[in-house]
Amino acid sequence: MTEKQKGWKEVPVAGVCWKPATDYPTGDWRTFKPIRDPEKCTKCLLCPMICPDSAIEWNRNTEDIQFDYDFCKGCGICANECPAEAIIMTREEEEA
Amino acid sequence: MATTWKFTAKEIVEKPDLFTSGHRACAGCGPAIALRQIMKATRGPTIVTNATGCMEVVSTIYPYTAWKVPWIHTAFENAAANASGIAAALKAMKRKGRLQEDIDIIAFAGDGGTFDIGIQALSGAAERGHDFLYVLYDNEAYMNTGIQRSGGTPHGASTTTSPAGKVIPGKRQYKKAIADIMVAHEIPYVATASIAYWQDVLMKTRKGLEVEGPAFLHVLAPCPRGWRYDTSKTIEIAQLAVETCIFPLWESTDGQCSLSPQSKIVALKPERKRPVKEYLETQRRFRHLLTPEFESEIDNIQKMTDKRWNKLLRRCNLVSL
Repeated sequence: MTEKQKGWKEVPVAGVCWKPATDYPTGDWRTFKPIRDPEKCTKCLLCPMICPDSAIEWNRNTEDIQFDYDFCKGCGICANECPAEAIIMTREEEEA
Repeated sequence: MATTWKFTAKEIVEKPDLFTSGHRACAGCGPAIALRQIMKATRGPTIVTNATGCMEVVSTIYPYTAWKVPWIHTAFENAAANASGIAAALKAMKRKGRLQEDIDIIAFAGDGGTFDIGIQALSGAAERGHDFLYVLYDNEAYMNTGIQRSGGTPHGASTTTSPAGKVIPGKRQYKKAIADIMVAHEIPYVATASIAYWQDVLMKTRKGLEVEGPAFLHVLAPCPRGWRYDTSKTIEIAQLAVETCIFPLWESTDGQCSLSPQSKIVALKPERKRPVKEYLETQRRFRHLLTPEFESEIDNIQKMTDKRWNKLLRRCNLVSL
C-alpha cells in the first residue's frame, strides 16, 4: 500500500476506479480458517454459492473445490451450512 | 415466458463472478452473498446502477472496484431514476442505429434507499414502465451509517435510533410491505427471495430480467453486525425467516400471485410453520423481547406475521388457516 498514488493529471475523469478489487487481499482479516475434509466432502457445491467473498471456487482441472485463502474472511458460513459437516473452522496460527 | 434455462450448481460455479472477491464487506455479509448470486444469473451484457448503501461503499473503495460490469454509483434516492435514464438512453441509441444488442439493467438499492428515500423514484420508474430490474437487498436498517432504523426494520428490533429501554421495546412500527406496494403498481414481475435458497434467487433474477418492463426483486439479506449474531449464521437466519413465515417467498407475474416452493410447503403442511420466537431468539437485536417485561411483544409479532401470511395465502388462492 506504499506505492506512489496517481496525481490529478493521471487519474481517470469522473473518479472511475481503475484497479480490480482482487488486487486487495482481504484474507488477513481472518481469525478462523476453514479446513475441508476431502473424505467427507460430497461436492454438493453449496458452499461456493453461499460464500460472501467468492473464496471457495471450483477448479476445473482437479474437478474439486478449493479455498482461496487470500480472500476468505473466516466468517464460518461454509462450516455452519455444510450438509456433510466436512468443513471445520480452526484458529489461524500466529505467524512468526 | 421462456423457461428454457435452468441453473445447475456446476454450471453456475463455473461462471465467472461479476461481483468479485476483494470487496470490503464484513465477514459473513448477507448482501454480498445476494449480489454474488444475482450477478451469476445475468444473461448477457449488463449495466448496474447502485444507490448509496453498504454494497456501494464496500464494493468500490477508490481506486478499487469489485465490479466486472459497467457500474454507476448514484445517490440514495435515485437508483430507479438512474436506471430509467439508462433505459431511455439505450432505447435512443437503438433507434439511431448505434446499438444492436440487448442490454440488461439492474438497479441495486438497500432498504433505506428503497423503503424510505428511494420510493418516489422507484414508483415513478415503475409507472413509466422502463425495462429494468430493481433489486432491493434488505438488511433491515441503515447498516452502513451505524444501524439506524428504516421503514424496513421489523417491529421490536433495537437499533441506534430505536433503542430498546425500560419502556420502549425497540422499534414500535411494523415493517412496510414494500413488495405489496410494488404489486399495486401493476408491474409485470414482483418477487421476494432469500439468500438461503440460491437457486430460487437466480431463477427470480432471470425472470425479472426477461420480462418486458419493470421488475422488482426483494431479497432478504441478514447483516451479522446490525442484527447482532455470529457471522456464521447468516444463511441459517435467512432460512429461518422463511420457515417462520416472517419473510415468505412468493412471486407475482402479471398480477398472478403464487408461492415459491419453500413457502408453499409450509402452506400445505401448516405443522411445518415454526413459531417466530425461534427466529427472534437467534438475534441479539431482539434480546429484550425475551425478558418478562416485553413478552407480550412476541405475541404481537406472531399475530402480525400470521395476519400477513393469511393475507398472502388468500391472494395465492390457497385456503387460509
